[in-house]
Amino acid sequence: MSSTPPSFLHLAVALDATGWHPASWREPVARPRDLFTAEYWADLVTEAERGLLDFVTIEDGLGPQSSHWLDPDERTDQVRGRLDAVLIASRVAPLTRHIGVVPTVVATHTEPFHISKAIATLDYVSAGRAGLRVQITARPNEAAHFGRRTVPRIEAYDSPAAQGVVTDLFDEAADHVEAVRRLWDSWEDDAEIRDAATGRFIDRDKLHYIDFEGRHFSVKGPSITPRPPQGQPIVSALAHDAIPYRLVARAADIGYVTPYDADEARAVVARIRAEQSAAGRAAETLHVFGDLVVFLDDDPAAATARRERLEALAGEPYTSDALIFTGTPHQLADLLQELQSAGLTGFRLRPAVAGHDLPAITRGLVPELQRRGVFRRAYEADTLRGLLGLPRPANRYAAANA
Amino acid sequence: MSKPLKQIHLAAHFPGVNNTTVWSDPQAGSHVEFSSFVHFARTAERAKFDFLFLAEGLRLREQGGKIYDLDVVGRPDTFTVLAALAAVTEHLGLTGTINSTFNEPYEVARQFASLDHLSGGRSAWNVVTSWDAFTGENFRRGGFLPQEERYSRAREFLATANELFDSWHGDEILADQETGAFLRDAKAGAFVHTGQHFDIHGRFNVPRSPQGRPVIFQAGDSEEGREFAASEADAIFSRHATLEAGRAFYTDVKKRLAKYGRRDDQLLILPAATFTLADTDAEAEELAKQVRRLQVSGATALKHLEFVWNRDLSAYDPDGPLPDIDPDVSDHHISKGRAQVRMYRDPLATAREWRELAAANNWSIRDLVIETGNRQNFIGSAETIARTINDFVQADASDGFILVPHITPGGLDEFADKVVPLLQEQGVFRTEYEGPTLRHQLGLAHPDDVSGEQRAAS
Repeated sequence: MSSTPPSFLHLAVALDATGWHPASWREPVARPRDLFTAEYWADLVTEAERGLLDFVTIEDGLGPQSSHWLDPDERTDQVRGRLDAVLIASRVAPLTRHIGVVPTVVATHTEPFHISKAIATLDYVSAGRAGLRVQITARPNEAAHFGRRTVPRIEAYDSPAAQGVVTDLFDEAADHVEAVRRLWDSWEDDAEIRDAATGRFIDRDKLHYIDFEGRHFSVKGPSITPRPPQGQPIVSALAHDAIPYRLVARAADIGYVTPYDADEARAVVARIRAEQSAAGRAAETLHVFGDLVVFLDDDPAAATARRERLEALAGEPYTSDALIFTGTPHQLADLLQELQSAGLTGFRLRPAVAGHDLPAITRGLVPELQRRGVFRRAYEADTLRGLLGLPRPANRYAAANA
Repeated sequence: MSKPLKQIHLAAHFPGVNNTTVWSDPQAGSHVEFSSFVHFARTAERAKFDFLFLAEGLRLREQGGKIYDLDVVGRPDTFTVLAALAAVTEHLGLTGTINSTFNEPYEVARQFASLDHLSGGRSAWNVVTSWDAFTGENFRRGGFLPQEERYSRAREFLATANELFDSWHGDEILADQETGAFLRDAKAGAFVHTGQHFDIHGRFNVPRSPQGRPVIFQAGDSEEGREFAASEADAIFSRHATLEAGRAFYTDVKKRLAKYGRRDDQLLILPAATFTLADTDAEAEELAKQVRRLQVSGATALKHLEFVWNRDLSAYDPDGPLPDIDPDVSDHHISKGRAQVRMYRDPLATAREWRELAAANNWSIRDLVIETGNRQNFIGSAETIARTINDFVQADASDGFILVPHITPGGLDEFADKVVPLLQEQGVFRTEYEGPTLRHQLGLAHPDDVSGEQRAAS
């Protein structure tokens, strides 16, 4: 396995319906009627693979999309409804060969046991290209879809009470990831022995109870699914502040962050690296990717015009948690290199209009980055860990036995 | 005029965690690698089978406090494999066993609705229940469910899932790029469910899928299970694969349909069945004998006897006589995480009966387990097997079979090549798929058409 040269940057695309702009579905290229078909997703992911991208993420949620940060809305002018992201990823995995598939999973209302075996299975189905992007939800309406718990209602986004709720949900997400990771290791790689002489299919000494005990749940183990091809599929999380930075630093392989410029990127990276050291992971590879929404056209005026057209359709200016880039592949390459020099190791680009900006990334940005010698010209590894320069990890339980 | 010939339905059960699977055969492949599933699914589709079936187990089985290691151990996640198989097949139905105890309706409903979209209408759900605290140790919710509540939870789980599937009608998405109306209805997917087990409300976020709802399977054999199937299911995955037991079960279940306002053809009876195929009947009998001995090693025989005796019998010789000591009938059971323990409700009587059988036939422990545990159904040449299967179905002992090969993944190949063409020649099995969805292959109406009929009738 050859590894990616350090000067290279990593590139992922975040897929969400017809794109990240809420009016993106109204563009002629958007195919909004195909959103709930396998072909739509297969086309997007194969396009991303044509551009040699490291991976795609797939957004998800346990309720309808909403323009409000906490509550559902009753809008009819935006895309509502979505398919389960893990199943989309699994449906497209056999149609691709190199690109990583990283669905979103919501830790707050799901069972770590189910998530662990689902992502392990995605890793088998994709022959070592699976990961997950862990997310929490503080939405009371989504809690009501499950009826198992009440999430305290946050009255203001930045109130101390909100901090408490969010901290609790992120702590639970960290427990979720820990249980999922232990389950992936709960079978040693050579546990299946098929020993005809003794009639034993497995060596049960190589299967391990994980005995996870957390504040919100406990999980006994072992998994029903043997250790996946990558050993540990990729864990990633979007992080905007100290609490999620800590989750990234402790539990993830990739954190997605949202700096608006190089100085802010430098500061965010420093905070995550400090948390990483505090967590005793200084020697491990932890990627910090910048998230950017992109309107990409060969002519900068065309990109601006497209953004303005969508804003007019939406009836309001477009805002995002992430930096919104509007311009040419050349300009975007400049920006990415500048942010890379501030310490980011890669980028997760959010196409404003999937049908337009994804091909603009794969056919415009990627060749530009290749010309500059900072992006791969062919896939150099067979697994997602390999593409990200991560070795296949030792099994924590095997190590404990050795 | 003679009764028209019934069309046979055939399905393929992916072999796995049970002792019919012979993993020691040199041809036996992986039970986890996706290539095995692809091979198996493509064979089933080449043979025009109705669907592929995946079982589920949510905790590794244990015996005597240790993980049971004599059968295949380990399997992938049901939903994830089925979604991936949708990419490598076009018509084959995708049936998965999903537990109603260790899941929540909102999540399972969106997984099945998603699978149905992603497969173009080929999903089916085998609804099973469980109550054991042993399995519950792997889950947030634990194993708090009393045994007597399992069907009430399963019923309410399915009813709730149906409410979620039906919360979208199929005409809500306009996606009108000109007017800017994506949804016709601002409250698409709205639901409220208040019940004993679930109290949930909000909006379901997966639009109506091609089949409306997944095809529903039920597998339990108890009185409650049969009523549940008669009232709710589209098909039963049954165990009754002998002619007499099959006919009795078939008659019993079908006669229950009327009280729910359902017709005979709205519930298919599909028993699980194994087969041993060879060039001649004599060769098949010989092969079947070998397979039985491969399925039941000496060690497996002792472990099987432990289900009844409920004691550690590892000191006994599997080639020797049955234990003199009586079963332990205390509440604690040596075996955990499997259904077999419930099959022997009176262990003392079973032990007595088995000792008598073994003495009369001069059987060792292993002989006894091989003979009493024999689950081989169809043994013979392709002609014999095709004839037997057809006779079963025409005699109303079933509507078809869910075949369980003993070799992974190639155990279905010969059946596809040799038996299926004979059934097709006899005009009792399809040569082309009836339509795009699993409901088409099974002859089941779309749920919207069914409710239309009922509305018209009332």
